[in-house]
Amino acid sequence: MTNIDVNLIAEGIKKAIDRISCEVEPSCAKAVFAARDCEKNPTSRFALDVMCKNIEYARNAHLPVCQDTGMVVVFLSIGQDVRLTGGFLDDAVNGAVREAFAPLRKSVLDPVSRVNTKDNTPAVIHTSIVKGDEVRAEIMLKGFGSENMSAIYMLNPAQGLETAKDLIVNTVANAASNPCPPVIIGVGLGGTFEKCAEMSKHALFREIGSKNPDPSLDALEIELKYRINALGIGAQGFGGATTALGVFIESYPTHISSLPVAVNVLCHCSRAAKFTVDAGGLRDE
Amino acid sequence: MNEIRLNMPFDKKELKKLNAGDNVLLSGTMFVFRDAGHKRLFASIETGKPDIDFAGETVYFMGPCPAQNGQIMGSCGPTTSCRMDKYTPYMFDHGLCAQVGKGKRSEECVEAFKRNGGVYFAAIGGAGALYSKCVTAVEEICYPDLGTEAIRRITVKDFPVVVAIDSNGKSVYNE
Repeated sequence: MTNIDVNLIAEGIKKAIDRISCEVEPSCAKAVFAARDCEKNPTSRFALDVMCKNIEYARNAHLPVCQDTGMVVVFLSIGQDVRLTGGFLDDAVNGAVREAFAPLRKSVLDPVSRVNTKDNTPAVIHTSIVKGDEVRAEIMLKGFGSENMSAIYMLNPAQGLETAKDLIVNTVANAASNPCPPVIIGVGLGGTFEKCAEMSKHALFREIGSKNPDPSLDALEIELKYRINALGIGAQGFGGATTALGVFIESYPTHISSLPVAVNVLCHCSRAAKFTVDAGGLRDE
Repeated sequence: MNEIRLNMPFDKKELKKLNAGDNVLLSGTMFVFRDAGHKRLFASIETGKPDIDFAGETVYFMGPCPAQNGQIMGSCGPTTSCRMDKYTPYMFDHGLCAQVGKGKRSEECVEAFKRNGGVYFAAIGGAGALYSKCVTAVEEICYPDLGTEAIRRITVKDFPVVVAIDSNGKSVYNE
């Protein structure tokens, strides 16, 4: 067994939030700059130019790139040879969120009373047990202008993949200007209702420009990205060449009766990071 | 692209001249509030004593980050406007001149803009850090318990927006 102090995981989360609230994920920033350079629609180009200036200014001045510093989503892959010490994991994560959000916007509240928790806790924490003796963390500050545009569909097998593809494209078409396009699209295919939604969120951690290791999913990603960009929504919905910076799919076997499809929409300001904690300490990826 | 400079509160004649797609730099004062601020304001309207007088004013849909590093206001980009659609026709029918936000609006809103010579401006979503540089003053108006969703009045200089829906109901968004 390897002892890993939950406070080290908390430190990683605090550092990550402090950084990513101000720095757009590098592959995403690069894609926004590339979109600007090839945009011909003048209004969309103006919007992309403002976005690029904002990305640079936020990073250089260390200010939140967007006022919606989001709800914190953490995926923790915990090696089964790890023994967590130093306290309860969720408390450590939420403690880190509380501290890191002191200078950021507190956007989290009770869904019934709508009373704000005033410290942006709790985070949404997904834990899974994996092989090994380390803890791998993926963290995202998820804004809800884009989260609100997400959707899940429980298709029947007769509807099949063609309907799934149409619904994915239609979800982006209906979202139009609301999620601050150009967007990044995470897709879950298969599993159960909740597994499908979780995959669509996790897919958003993929680096823009990366290939899906599964050739059939890779082909699907290319086709969907092409169809979404052909919608012509463009930056901020002003019309233009780039509506999606990336489409990323995760799949899982599903039941003979169903084809679950989840579409999680992310804005052009991806704020995500990964780090690992092992016997040697904290390591950024 | 022509860049137009306008001062707030607006001269309605100036608003009439704007066309969807125009780039505008806004200067002057506007109210800032979003979902919870609208909800509470409308509760006050129902009692017959509105908590603010928005006639002649502009409302920017935004909930800022806390100010830091000597800022006057923290990051302050627009939030999605369509969540405020249900409040919008009433506000324009009772004197509101313009709104600033992001994203498409309902048919009812477009009709209200046309009926009243109002304009809807789109700020660039996600550009919160950049917009904070345009804010020269902030005044807390009401509902401080709502935190980021409280009603504030801000003064801005050269705040970049696009005319998203003009007073003729023409839209920059491709339908």
